[in-house]
Amino acid sequence: MATHESSYRPTSRFGKWIDARLPLPRMLHGQFVEFPTPRNINYLWTTGGLLTFFLGVQIATGVVLAMHFIGSAADAFDSVEHIRRDVNFGWLIRNMHAVGASMFFLAAYIHVARGLYYGSYKGPRELLWIIGVVILILMMATAFMGYSLPWGQMSFWAVTVITNLFSSIDSIIPGLGTRIVQWLWGGFSVSGATLTRFYSLHYLLPFAIAGAVGLHIWALHVVGQNNPTGLEIKTAGDALPMSPYAVMKDIFALAVFLVLFAWLVFFLPDYLGHPDNYIEANPLSTPPHIVPEWYFLPYYAILRAIPNKLLGVIAMFSSILILCFVPWLDTSRVRSCKYRPVYRWFLYFFLFTVIALGYLGSKPPEGVYILWGRVFTAYYFIHLLIIMPIVGVMETPSIMPRSISESVFGKEGAPVPAAVAVGGERR
Amino acid sequence: MRIRTGAVGAAIAAGLWLAADRVVAAEEQAHGLRQHWTFGGLLGHFDQAQLQRGFKVYTEVCSRCHGVKRLAFRNLAQPGGPDFPEAAVKSLAATYQVDDAPDDEGKIKKRPAKLADAIPSPYANEQEARFAQNGALPPDLSLIVRARAIESDRPFYLVPFAMLGDIFRAYQEAGADFVYAYLTGYADAPADVKLADFMNYNTVFPGHQTAMPNPFTGGDGLVKYDDGTPATVDNYARDVVAFLAWAADPRLEERKRLGLLVMGYLLITAVLLGFAKRRIWSAAH
Amino acid sequence: MQREADLASQTADDPHRRDFIVIAAQAFAGVGAAMALWPFIAQMNPDASTQALASTEVDLAPVKEGQAITVLWRGKPVFVRNRTPQEVKEALAAKVADLRDPSARNDALPERAPATDLNRTKKGHENWIIVVGICTHLGCIPKGQSMTDGRGDFGGWFCPCHGSHYDTAGRIRKGPAPRNLEVPSYEFVSDTRVKIG
Repeated sequence: MATHESSYRPTSRFGKWIDARLPLPRMLHGQFVEFPTPRNINYLWTTGGLLTFFLGVQIATGVVLAMHFIGSAADAFDSVEHIRRDVNFGWLIRNMHAVGASMFFLAAYIHVARGLYYGSYKGPRELLWIIGVVILILMMATAFMGYSLPWGQMSFWAVTVITNLFSSIDSIIPGLGTRIVQWLWGGFSVSGATLTRFYSLHYLLPFAIAGAVGLHIWALHVVGQNNPTGLEIKTAGDALPMSPYAVMKDIFALAVFLVLFAWLVFFLPDYLGHPDNYIEANPLSTPPHIVPEWYFLPYYAILRAIPNKLLGVIAMFSSILILCFVPWLDTSRVRSCKYRPVYRWFLYFFLFTVIALGYLGSKPPEGVYILWGRVFTAYYFIHLLIIMPIVGVMETPSIMPRSISESVFGKEGAPVPAAVAVGGERR
Repeated sequence: MRIRTGAVGAAIAAGLWLAADRVVAAEEQAHGLRQHWTFGGLLGHFDQAQLQRGFKVYTEVCSRCHGVKRLAFRNLAQPGGPDFPEAAVKSLAATYQVDDAPDDEGKIKKRPAKLADAIPSPYANEQEARFAQNGALPPDLSLIVRARAIESDRPFYLVPFAMLGDIFRAYQEAGADFVYAYLTGYADAPADVKLADFMNYNTVFPGHQTAMPNPFTGGDGLVKYDDGTPATVDNYARDVVAFLAWAADPRLEERKRLGLLVMGYLLITAVLLGFAKRRIWSAAH
Repeated sequence: MQREADLASQTADDPHRRDFIVIAAQAFAGVGAAMALWPFIAQMNPDASTQALASTEVDLAPVKEGQAITVLWRGKPVFVRNRTPQEVKEALAAKVADLRDPSARNDALPERAPATDLNRTKKGHENWIIVVGICTHLGCIPKGQSMTDGRGDFGGWFCPCHGSHYDTAGRIRKGPAPRNLEVPSYEFVSDTRVKIG
């Protein structure tokens, strides 16, 4: 970690022995106990801790499920029923894994929304943001493959629909798309070969996510956390040591989040799922409405909004990849929407757009839903490609405090114009 | 300032709850499809007598065409379900014949079923079922209550309230409601509907034409109840749906019991942690 | 550096860290976290479908005098032999002092119980010997169940892997095996039906 030097001083002989050979306690103390965190960060900043916790939950429950799950087309569905009925606490661990995926995405989307609102993607945090997008993509791949494993109707047909998208490459290079799709499937249709490879990759990817999370936290600790004012830490009074302040806040937030988690796990385990996935996969019978899990719905809506197959696929993938460019698409000199009275309303509408797209993604592509799907898809890209750059330059930010401490404790003296207040920011 | 924010927050939450409640109540009135089930909600549990009657209805009415292959005989004797005495289930199992291991000549023998065996299905495979049912496949009923749901077509602005209402009430019985509505939804086809061959008119089934004929065509008294419960078609439907709800989720009682304990623990811990956090942070102010 | 030293000292000086409410909250959280571990450990125990197969019933009627069958119990082979009166006499005649393993190795009896034939059979059904068919040396399945098998020097079973000889009560007499064949817990639910496990 580049910026913060640990003031750890081992007192015991054992402590000194370790410190001279592998200074892990020193590093952990410096980065997670003493580390200066802005004193004004609100509860939206607890999402990082929630995400790390839920990554752990998913890996722990997943490894345990893998002790009982059979990853073959003939036995997968039956093995899940075996887990639900016969394995000791199997029903509980399976519910935790299924609901945990949703909690993971819920926390991730709040985490991203926080970043968008407070400008956490702006320099010097561009790489931190991009690594976050990489984590999001890995999460989506993991969840997509994981959903296929129970081998229910939705598992099978969601995989069929999404992998079939790659055949749109045929319109650029004839034959290549089909070959790619068959390579993905391991056959001429989704089959047991697809399931077995998805099982292997679904087990692998969370560890890639864990590695990316390590890089994400490292990148964060080099530049320090953002905060609601968007100002950097300048004096000791601006910050508090991570332990016990931020740690207690994270643990409290986790307990509250776990209330929601437990409510779903114990009383509504199938609420976020689809009844059709309790029907064994049948290659000869398509469900009337194929719907992905809720966290994919906005992208599904964007995919279907474009009438052309290839362009729809490009739009869907672009909608995620474009996030990587946000640090440069946003031209504002002010980080936080707290001081951006005009842009913030566009951002609120953008978040509403994503929710609206999610709703539309759950509906059949008929009638009025088609029109609204296109309207909101258009706004999604307009916001990122046009609104962000233009409003950023044109907007007059509101008066900002001179420091984090001032925003917390109140100001003495005259307000300072915005251009001076953002002081040490580099682009 | 904090108290005011808390009060405003509480008022918003209360408003949302009331709105959600109104939506759910309106829906129940409009469609009449949501039923009261003993296993619904936080305190949900199965009525043992109802499950036993439901099993009787299944055996006498449904088992001619539908299997429950994910149930083993031993499940009928385990707690949280119909909880029949083990000896009774053992003798019931012995009345069924299942495949044994091949004998020394390689022929598959039959033997009486044991507790550990799955309840045999009426047909050996899909082809035999379709052949006997004019091409239709009677689905296995082990998971039917989880694999179905009643539809609700609401305007988009009511969707968030309806979702909140369902989440607050822990409503998971959409499948049970559907199967009940389906079983009691048989009616004569209206004049303008032309029924296809071998199809039956059902008010609830999507498309209104279903291959299964009304299983309760015999009307009241079709199945005799030993415990004094009125032997009406409505009760048959409720009881068999309750039995199938258990078949789809035999660990429900354990799950909800543990859930209450965990929720209680988490609420207490969250409150304690909240106070602890404020105590720690008071040093920073 | 000074700023960071100031921040570090705040961690140590905070006066509220050992307050009762903080300790209570952490204790509650800690207990819950520990209890949450239990399902992850319990799930590795044998599940309900395995427990259902923990015992098996065997119909003895088709097994005539001098015949033997092998049944699968908990994934292991179990020898069930209907001994002839001659075989029973030979088993009774052996002295425990001559045996390599003096223990009855019967799940229903304590370890000290001597390896008499009576301690390895059920009263009233002394012609039946029921033992787990796994050689106590290195785990092979001894021969002797079928009529054409060699039965070793003591008329019981013979393990072809390393030459262990068992007598008609399944006790080790010759060869490298250290212990008698294990007698699983079983009971006669009727004269012709036995429940193992």
